[in-house]
Order: sequence, then structure tokens, then C-alpha cells
Amino acid sequence: MRNILTLISGLSFGTGLILSGMANPAKVQNFLDLFGTWDPSLAFVMGGAIMVTMPGFWLVQKRTTPFFSDMFHMPTRTDFDARLIAGSATFGVGWGLGGFCPGPAVTSLPLGSTGTLIFIATMLLGMIAAKYVASPSTAQQET
Amino acid sequence: METEFTPITSLLGGALIGLSAVLMMAMHGRIAGISGIVARMLPPSADKAGLPQGIIFVFGLLIAAPLWIALTGKIPDQVISAGGPALAIAGLLVGFGSVLGNGCTSGHGVCGISRGSARSIAATITFMATAFVTVFIIRHIVGS
Repeated sequence: MRNILTLISGLSFGTGLILSGMANPAKVQNFLDLFGTWDPSLAFVMGGAIMVTMPGFWLVQKRTTPFFSDMFHMPTRTDFDARLIAGSATFGVGWGLGGFCPGPAVTSLPLGSTGTLIFIATMLLGMIAAKYVASPSTAQQET
Repeated sequence: METEFTPITSLLGGALIGLSAVLMMAMHGRIAGISGIVARMLPPSADKAGLPQGIIFVFGLLIAAPLWIALTGKIPDQVISAGGPALAIAGLLVGFGSVLGNGCTSGHGVCGISRGSARSIAATITFMATAFVTVFIIRHIVGS
């Protein structure tokens, strides 16, 4: 049951990315191109997601524990540090440059574009590099 | 190139992404952040206990496009305008930045904002700002 629901979760995420247009880098870059061929669709993707997650998280957290785990692994930090801001700034430059973020890139992999393959390969390298740099005390809190 | 404004399908697709995030929270008590799920599977300090569920989730992501093609008979629209070197740099920056900043578009942008996390809101404003500036530079300064 647990495995099937996790699979459905991944499938729903990937299908949502395709249906919404977020798996298309041209659409992502057009959302980011306010002074050019602006396409506001991505604001609707985020809006649609938050319309579900906001009440959904609230309902789920009325339980004391999740269904298949003994606790909620919620981020607890509330401070702003340089790593959060520098990391997010770096992420944004890459997102704008390629039009890909991690979810859409992984979802696009079976479509077989060379560009996607290149992006995924270096993305994994970048993640490994950052894990070496980030200390365990700050890693893996939000995500 | 222009893309069509698609408010309805984007809203519905977004809702599916939200549903996935709620499922992950209900089952595992975890944020459905793709960068986190992928990064936790990688060395060093790979999360061995969470590995099977991570692999199943990523497998779900990977079968979405083939199933879409099988059911609709259409290949999803996709235009990748960046060249190989630009994509290689973009991948490095996205991978490094999302792990350093503890999240990406899904973890900070969707889940974090829904929880009202101040850190995620700051992260989202930051990556949106640098992404807007990057696209402005490549399309209107370098590209013009």
C-alpha cells in the first residue's frame, strides 16, 4: 500500500508538471521574461498547487503522526542564513538559464532530449558537490 | 518564442502537484521537495533508510511522460532553447544551489509557502529574482 501510494505521488507530480506546462523550459523562461514574451501560466501552477497543499497540510497535521512514519519531519529553522540566500540565488540563475528545475528535468528524462541528459548529469554533480560543502547540521531541513 | 497562456491546464496541473505533496506529507510526514528527494539518494551521507521510497517516487516521475504519451497519443510540448554548454552550467547551478539553499521550486516554492515558512518565502523571492534577472540578461542584453 505504502509503495503504491508513493508511486502514485510521484506519478501525480510528474503528470502535474506535464499538464501544467512546467516541464517545458520555453514556458518557464517565458514566465520569467516579464519584458518580452511573458506567459503568466506558471503563476497558475503555483496557485493551483498551493490551493491544494494549504488546506491539505492543515488537515494532515491534525493527526499526531503520518500514516507510515512515526513523526512529521518538518523543518524547524526560522533564521535566515547566508547559505539559504546564496543557495537560492544560485538556483535561480540556473533555473533562468536552462528553464529547468529538478522536478521537470527528471520528468523530461524519458523524452530523451540531449539537453535534458546534460542538465541532469551536471545537476547530480552539483548536488553531490553541495553535500560535501554543506555541513550535516544545516543540510536536509526543508526538502 | 511565444508560448500559449494556459490558465486552466496550469491550474489543474498545479493541483496535481499539490495533491502529490499532500500525499507525501500524509504518508511520510515529509515535504515533497524534488531536490531534497533526489539529493538524499546521493553520496556523501545517502539516506539508506529512505532510499526505497525515494526510488519509487522518482520512478513515478519517470513513468509520467511515457504514460501521458500512451494515453493521449501526444508527445508533451517541449522546447529547450539553451545550448549544451549553457545547460551544463545551468544543471550545476541548480543542483548546487538547491542543496545549499535546502530547496527548490517544489520544496520552498509550493510546500514552504503553504506552511507559511519565512525561510521558504525568502528563498522563493530570492530565486525568482535571480531567475528574472538571468532571463532578462540572456534575452534582452546578450540576445538582442
